[in-house]
Amino acid sequence: MARAVSTRRKLAFTALAWIVALVVFFPILWAFLTSFKTEGTAIAAPPKFLFFEWTLENYRTVLERSNYFRFLGNSIITAVGSTLLGLVVAIPAAWAMAFSPTRRTKDVLMWMLSTKMLPAVGVLVPITMLFRMMGLTDTHLGLVLVLTLINLPIIVWMLFTYFKEIPVDILEAARMDGASLRQEVIYVLTPMAIPGIASTLLLNIILAWNESFWTIVLTTTQATPLPAFIAAYSSPEGLFWAKLSAASMMAIAPILIMGWFSQKQLVRGLTFGAVK
Amino acid sequence: MKLRSIIVGSCSLFALAAGAQAQSLTIATVNNGDMIRMQGLSDRFTEATGIAVDWVTLEENVLRQRVTTDIATGGGQYDVMTIGAYETPIWAAQGWLAPLDDLGADYNADDLIPAVREALSVDGVQYASPFYAESAMIMYRTDLFEAAGLDMPAEPAWEFIGEAARAITDRDAEIYGICLRGKAGWGENMAFLTALANSMGGRWFDMDWEPQFDSPEWHEALSFYVDLMTEAGPPGASSNGFNENLALFQQGKCGMWMDATVAASFVSNPDDSQVADSVGYALFPTNGQFDNHGNWLWVWSLAVPASSQNIEAAKEFIAWATSGAYLDMVAEEEGWANVPPGTRTSLYENPAYAEAAPFAEMTLGAINSADTANSSVQDVPYAGGQFVAIPEFQGIGTAVGQIFSAALAGQTTVDQALEQAQQTTRMEMERAGYYR
Repeated sequence: MARAVSTRRKLAFTALAWIVALVVFFPILWAFLTSFKTEGTAIAAPPKFLFFEWTLENYRTVLERSNYFRFLGNSIITAVGSTLLGLVVAIPAAWAMAFSPTRRTKDVLMWMLSTKMLPAVGVLVPITMLFRMMGLTDTHLGLVLVLTLINLPIIVWMLFTYFKEIPVDILEAARMDGASLRQEVIYVLTPMAIPGIASTLLLNIILAWNESFWTIVLTTTQATPLPAFIAAYSSPEGLFWAKLSAASMMAIAPILIMGWFSQKQLVRGLTFGAVK
Repeated sequence: MKLRSIIVGSCSLFALAAGAQAQSLTIATVNNGDMIRMQGLSDRFTEATGIAVDWVTLEENVLRQRVTTDIATGGGQYDVMTIGAYETPIWAAQGWLAPLDDLGADYNADDLIPAVREALSVDGVQYASPFYAESAMIMYRTDLFEAAGLDMPAEPAWEFIGEAARAITDRDAEIYGICLRGKAGWGENMAFLTALANSMGGRWFDMDWEPQFDSPEWHEALSFYVDLMTEAGPPGASSNGFNENLALFQQGKCGMWMDATVAASFVSNPDDSQVADSVGYALFPTNGQFDNHGNWLWVWSLAVPASSQNIEAAKEFIAWATSGAYLDMVAEEEGWANVPPGTRTSLYENPAYAEAAPFAEMTLGAINSADTANSSVQDVPYAGGQFVAIPEFQGIGTAVGQIFSAALAGQTTVDQALEQAQQTTRMEMERAGYYR
């Protein structure tokens, strides 16, 4: 009897998980289907789900009209560059806060997080002016710096959480064996925190890849990443949903594929120590 | 001697490289069909002048925000930008735009349609060059009108429109008598509603900048709109903007659609429209008492920000892209029906264009009927037809648009919506310092 109830509950939870997953995934599925419709079909009422004349015309038009690979290259450079730079800064910072905390550590962590509470548009003019004065507008370097800065609080917080899970005794044992600070971080701490660092890296790449406000505002033609590529396909006068969907699919495909292959690592890292 | 040659050669190469770099323009634009065509043809400009062109295509509101930020901070990222009739007088007055009164003899400024040229000028100086222009008119289904025994007058009144819309509506067949903008936004539902109020004698502000939503004219206009759309409009109309109504009309679900004249080329194109062979056109309605057709006028135009480092080359591009010769080039490449409309008088005197574009005469009539300096029969302190050309209008127009969209969705009554609109507008204008 107990077993029957358990199976029923299991089925119910599985069904619920599927429903939630479908609801979350539906916008992407809809954009995927729309990218294969004609503009007229894309906006048809009632909407057509699967039974329509599938066409690759939108992808052809988008590839013809825009230099997709230039946008893709810029996205890879800025997302990977900002993530690596962020990790270089965040690993020592998180290490210091996790293993040598002071009275102010919690305040520092809160202050870092509070910078994420400020609406981006609030600092639009000063950052735009700083970029202009420093000659960073529409450059990869400028975009890498700004993406690093906006995601740094999240990287530090994530790494701090992972580092806190590592027993201090192990680090002390390494010190007893004569390990220097550098050796301790590189040979003891980092290998133990690799799942956490990997998931932080993956999450940060996704965040940097999808950042649209700053990437559109601070670039013009040379460093424009994929969000600007998508933004080019919205039209005030004329149907555009099918082409916009095709552009969106092309923009998210690389990050979706990366997420698909690394999902095990990502989930393991995100749930690291969650049930301790 | 050898060293000297190397130095001279290097200097020459450097100068050439620097010169080549200077001859490159960055142009910001929107993703409209005519602009995409211009991008495709811009290689011809580069071939003729040696000036390279980089395009930045953005969503309309993003473009507006980007360009505003760039100009306000003196960024100089753009050499040419696509702006509308709303921004041009405001930005020109701020000194943000380079004057365009010297675009060369081939440009022929006198050929520009006077109402369009005036909309882009401040104190008689032109600050943007029109790329395409539009007013608003009625597009209607001749077959449905015929079946209902109705005859559309060339200059209809709102009363007739209401009766015809209700007569045509057949909800079982998913045919709705009228499709109008309902989506909130200063350039969406408020463009239509402002034109409607203008035609009914309303105005946004009196001469002391006091909002006029408590006037009988606005009450009449909003009541008419909500009642008509409730009885003869499509379901979910409060979410419909230009593109949604375009799709509905093309699918044969609208008896009438009142919107930008540029839509005529879409609904009459048999490749996209199921009703292309049965579309008629008429002027934007009046209230039957005075000759005010809403005064809707929008001009997508090209301007040069004062912060550009390449003002002369930018002017050269604008003179090329907005010239009569450009229209001929588009006609040669893509046919007369695809020529950017509404900017030049000579286009409407061209028999080939009149034949290819059956809506040409009505478009010209609609543009010519628009008086953006006197949008209402009452005195107004502002310029602009379906908008008010003050910097605060984007925010106020969108806020009021949300209130009116909620009224259309049945969330509030007309009286409540007008009261809210009055309070919101008064508060924003006070905050902006209009009553000191």
